[in-house]
Amino acid sequence: MINTTSRSAPEVAPTPRNERALDRKGVVQIALLAVLLILPVAAYVMGEFYYVNLASRITIIAMAAVGLNLAIGYGGMVSFGHAAYFGLGGYVAGIGAYHAFDATPFMTWPISLPGSDNLLVLWLAAALLCALLALVIGAISLRTTGVYFIMITLAFAQMIYYFANSWPTYGGEDGLPIYLRNSLPFVDSSDPLNYFLICFVGLLLAMALTSRLMKSRFGAALTMARLNDVRLATSGINPYPVRLVAFVISAAITGLAGALYADLNGFVSPTVLSWHFSGELMVIVILGGVGRLYGPLAGAILFVMMETFLGGITQYWQLFLGLVLLGVVLFAKHGVMGFLAGRERNE
Amino acid sequence: MSVTLLIEQLLNGLQLGTMLFLMASGLTLVFGVMGLINLAHGSFYMVGAYATAAVAASTGSFLTGLAAGMAAAAVAGALVELIVIRRLYHRSHLDQVLATFALILIFSEGTRWLFGSSPLRLSPPSWLTGFVTLPGDTRYPTYRLMLIGVGVVIAIALYLLISRTRLGMRIRAGESDREMIGALGVNISKLYTVVFALGASLAGLAGALVGALQSVQVGMGEPVLILAFVVIVIGGIGSIKGALFGALLVGVVDTLGRVYLPILFRAFMPPSEAAGVGAALAAMLIYILMAIILAFKPKGLFSAHD
Repeated sequence: MINTTSRSAPEVAPTPRNERALDRKGVVQIALLAVLLILPVAAYVMGEFYYVNLASRITIIAMAAVGLNLAIGYGGMVSFGHAAYFGLGGYVAGIGAYHAFDATPFMTWPISLPGSDNLLVLWLAAALLCALLALVIGAISLRTTGVYFIMITLAFAQMIYYFANSWPTYGGEDGLPIYLRNSLPFVDSSDPLNYFLICFVGLLLAMALTSRLMKSRFGAALTMARLNDVRLATSGINPYPVRLVAFVISAAITGLAGALYADLNGFVSPTVLSWHFSGELMVIVILGGVGRLYGPLAGAILFVMMETFLGGITQYWQLFLGLVLLGVVLFAKHGVMGFLAGRERNE
Repeated sequence: MSVTLLIEQLLNGLQLGTMLFLMASGLTLVFGVMGLINLAHGSFYMVGAYATAAVAASTGSFLTGLAAGMAAAAVAGALVELIVIRRLYHRSHLDQVLATFALILIFSEGTRWLFGSSPLRLSPPSWLTGFVTLPGDTRYPTYRLMLIGVGVVIAIALYLLISRTRLGMRIRAGESDREMIGALGVNISKLYTVVFALGASLAGLAGALVGALQSVQVGMGEPVLILAFVVIVIGGIGSIKGALFGALLVGVVDTLGRVYLPILFRAFMPPSEAAGVGAALAAMLIYILMAIILAFKPKGLFSAHD
């Protein structure tokens, strides 16, 4: 737990090189997934739907943090504006449902586009739109580095926040309700356990994608772009497009999580676009352990648990969240995963 | 679209700009000298406003309150620097962002705990509540005019402090070469604490002055903090001149945009839609401005650092 006084983002290899059967880390990782899977199933059997939805919430927040972790932890791009993608994903689900419910077209020009309450369509739209938004924002922001990057990503997110706040068509600052949860073919998505399982599969896919990506040639280039971009450039790879692609994938994952979140709550409002939410996502990534595959999951579990149980005891729970966060940043840089599973090999 | 409205809104823009300058100058000094990005700067704004409101309510004197507010913010700044911030100077920006985000949570919830959730009352002193008639028959509130005056005085004082005094010389030296001024025998950690407390007290002053116009409540520092970040990014982080220019630019553009964009859109849209589109675009205007400036000048307009 000693703080390595490194200046750059964590110098952790993105993926463990050894694929040995079960070490301490393997046990912790399997335990995290097992707890996340078994508890809601048990709660469902006992009819405690509140806890099933709580598990869905953890899963979705973890998925959003997996997306952000790809940018911050693996890519070294400290994005302070990922709420923009989370919120955009949420609004895609909300706006699709709004037009499907009213049977009005989303737009009539240049092509006629109806609303939709099909989750597959909405997810595809959310991921694509977030990728597109991140392509524009990333293309501009990645021209800058350091504090400027942090600030410009924040500024873009604020731009979208204020836009959603003052654009009256979709509820403005009051937000947009989703009266009926959007549906899937063959699966009843309104059942809490089914919806949890959908989110769980989403989280697993996002983590598998991150893991595959970081083991590929692209992942090696991204790691080098974080550690030493001059060296990457010297070896003939331009760091800019590598970072941009990672940024876009990161945003698409977070955007998908946002769409899931809107349907879980049956509601989307500018709150999920606020800079506070961007900050919370960063907090989750750090609490869990930055640049580690299971870090976002560990962080999301800790965060939502604190919010739920500490928030049940005192309305000032964020004071304690602040103290915990301060302690983690100052004294325990490797987060929950570093604490439970030990450091990565070459830290 | 009368001239009176334009003058009035220009003055409002200047008033917002000068208050933003008070916030931004502290932020940019702290970044320029210590290389630290401080999200908790908005908390000092809030601390200043609360202390001013509390003291003004118990003594009945706005000026005593103001002095207490600045002092409280300076003390809070010095304490935070001594306990937390000095551990962060050699850390990554990510750590700095998170630790100071944690400080925001602690300050906001702590204040809510002490003072409750409902806003405190703070009104300008009675001798400043009237109106001033400006050339062109524009009536403008004395208090707001006074805020512009305070901003100008502080800007001049800061300029003199940085360019003419020994402390200013050390601050400039700290910006260009930290190790060297340490080697020359300047107590650098004391210098850092002083700079941080100075920035905090200016933020506290801004909070107290604006708190008398709006309301004194938890979270009041956050919108201003983000605007102040836009200001220093536009101006070039570390540059006081950039902070002044950026603050006035952001203040005027934001204020005029909110008034004139809806009017502009009404020219070629039905009024109900024009209000929505105009308001939405006006709210985004300064962020668009910042994105354009950064796209062409990635280090801001008056960058002091590379």
